[in-house]
Amino acid sequence: MQIYLPIAEISLNVILLLGIGTAVGFLSGMFGVGGGFLLTPILIFMHVPPAIAVATQANQVVGSSVSGLLAHWSRDNVDFKMGSVLLAGGFIGSTVGVVLFGILKRIGQIDLVINLAYVFLLTSVGALMLVESLRAILRLRRRGGAPRKLHQHTWVHGLPLKMRFRRSRLYISALLPLGLGFLIGVLAAIMGVGGAFLMVPAMIYLLGMPTRIVVGTSLFQTIFVTANVTFLQAVQNHTVDVVLASILLVGGVIGAQIGGRVGARLPAEYVRVLLAVLVLMLGLRLSSELIVTPAELYSIALVGGGQ
Amino acid sequence: MSAAPRILLRVGCLAVLLLSLGTRARADDLFLGDLMDHRIAITTGFAGTDVFIYGVKQGPGDVVVVFRGPRSAYAVRRKERIAGIWLNTDRVDFQGVPTFYAVASSKPLDEVVSPKVQANLEIGVDHLKQAPADEAGGSDVVPFADALVRVKKSMGLYQADVANITLDNRPLFSGRVHFPANVPTGNYEVTVMLFNGGEMVTGNSAVLQVSKGGADAWIYERAHDQAAAYGLCAIAGALLLGWAAHLVFRKI
Repeated sequence: MQIYLPIAEISLNVILLLGIGTAVGFLSGMFGVGGGFLLTPILIFMHVPPAIAVATQANQVVGSSVSGLLAHWSRDNVDFKMGSVLLAGGFIGSTVGVVLFGILKRIGQIDLVINLAYVFLLTSVGALMLVESLRAILRLRRRGGAPRKLHQHTWVHGLPLKMRFRRSRLYISALLPLGLGFLIGVLAAIMGVGGAFLMVPAMIYLLGMPTRIVVGTSLFQTIFVTANVTFLQAVQNHTVDVVLASILLVGGVIGAQIGGRVGARLPAEYVRVLLAVLVLMLGLRLSSELIVTPAELYSIALVGGGQ
Repeated sequence: MSAAPRILLRVGCLAVLLLSLGTRARADDLFLGDLMDHRIAITTGFAGTDVFIYGVKQGPGDVVVVFRGPRSAYAVRRKERIAGIWLNTDRVDFQGVPTFYAVASSKPLDEVVSPKVQANLEIGVDHLKQAPADEAGGSDVVPFADALVRVKKSMGLYQADVANITLDNRPLFSGRVHFPANVPTGNYEVTVMLFNGGEMVTGNSAVLQVSKGGADAWIYERAHDQAAAYGLCAIAGALLLGWAAHLVFRKI
């Protein structure tokens, strides 16, 4: 059953789209990641123009983060003060990102930048995850190992503008979460991701936040930043396809619920290896498009308006 | 094909009308062609469509029909390998490029239209004249102009001659041209021509309107004309969907 997507201006199979949304939702529910970084490259493989894939994906992330945020909020696992500082950085970052996106689109390099960013991200995150999960399996087999040091003092604690974050039990420079939020905001605008896969480790290892409140706080900032990206992309580039976003979202929320339930019963370390391999493969597949000589060296685009 | 009975009906009516006129005029002069439908509506289930051509021809000769989409400016970019990766480098802009082009004829084009006329009237994909936006381009623009046609062809938007107009039910003729799902919107110029001995004898033209219809048109217009409201609705819709899912699954 084909469905015509009004903004992407292509026909795709609606059952296939729902299936992909559900599968990625399932993975994201199982691993607690957003899944945007998986969906966008898949959409690009399906010939959705990259600029539209990214903007639409941001819209989808807004919806898929709601359920998680509400769950964490009800368990009081959100640091709103920290979230707001991250968000301030995120707003600036995503606004800069959307402007940058527009400039890159005009000079014809946006597809390349999106591609490069994904190749870099997927291969590095995939490789890190693979190493980390293999190590975890080895640790599990050996039983034991040295516990991680909880709080280390590094250069980041020497920065000015210190602020107290009661919920996170931290007294650190506001520049840190501001900068982190900015970086994730730029990524959200250019790649259409929520950025949890970078945000969560950074909050734990760089800021030193307690693990329990990290996911809820990151979701809090994700919703607002991706909403900002959706709005700005819609106004500046007209690249948000609500039909595509809705289909992916319906599949995504169903998949996430099932994934969350299944994930709780599976040996997490082993499943994590699978995800790492999947992410790596996506990254390699994308990089091959940059390296292998393309069948057609020329591309065409309408000048002024349109795609 | 469900359109077949309708075609026959309309062709029949046209034939009766023209034949009654034809008794007064010289029967050999009769030539007129038109489209079944003058509008393609791109709606939610749209996956491409066929446009039917029909008409009356009493004298000798062959029929050629040209479909030309609205003209637009295009940027053609060439990739080059730099530091191991392929990226866009050179760019040439072209103006007045038809967004869509297709030819249908009753015999292969080369047997019907002389090469000179093909070039003059821009009949056939290979005879389209691409004008670069900057005159300074020189001979370097040729590969870009060729690439423009090649890419359009691979998208199904430029179609080489399809010799599928049948003259079997003389004096009636009929045929069809396929429009793919990615067909650009706008007003198309359709020219129906009669050729004899390589030269054009007569012809008439019609307009085909391709536009988004129904919900798709509405969404597209909102996204472009009321972008801010559209963006806010997209956000609100996503939030509502996410919240609804939360409520539904909390109970299960």
